[in-house]
Amino acid sequence: MSDNPANERIQQEIDDQAVVLFMKGTPVFPQCGFSAAVVQVLTLLGVQFKGVDVLSDPQIREGIKTFSDWPTIPQLYVKGEFVGGCDIIREMFENGELKQVFADKGVETQEPATA
Amino acid sequence: MPMQAGDIERLIKEAMPDAQVMIEDLRGDGDHYAAMVVSKQFKGKSRVQQHQMVYKALQGNMGDALHALALQTGVPEEVD
Repeated sequence: MSDNPANERIQQEIDDQAVVLFMKGTPVFPQCGFSAAVVQVLTLLGVQFKGVDVLSDPQIREGIKTFSDWPTIPQLYVKGEFVGGCDIIREMFENGELKQVFADKGVETQEPATA
Repeated sequence: MPMQAGDIERLIKEAMPDAQVMIEDLRGDGDHYAAMVVSKQFKGKSRVQQHQMVYKALQGNMGDALHALALQTGVPEEVD
């Protein structure tokens, strides 16, 4: 898929940051419930991440689907590896696997103290 | 164009004949579904790979005609 000009840019994004979420809207203003759900999970785990808004970038929006062979957005990448979309992230959060992924990959999590 | 639950099930079963498929129309609007797919073919596959197999079975409808399909996949217990 070297004919896809978005690939290089996507690769650059996921090389540059440990945790990258390709999403609709921004972490502060998600434009889709599924993107919002993943933002919420990452926030609950206290993980620093970069949100890439695919709505503002049609090339990335289409490119990311072939890049990962995954038809939907959001998509979460940790240390360059595709971890999953909304359903998988939610499931992994609920059963504790997601926290383990971050721990295994040396990504800091910081759960807020429960009030 | 929304997809009918029956079409979703048919496409999945065509690709994975052994699959047990349970589909729920979450809002009754033919556009937001939840599906549980259980198949022996998922054995040894990562969760991402399992979902990719279902998306492939849906032949490009996912993210297009099919806006929202909350997906859960699993391997039948007797195979474990």
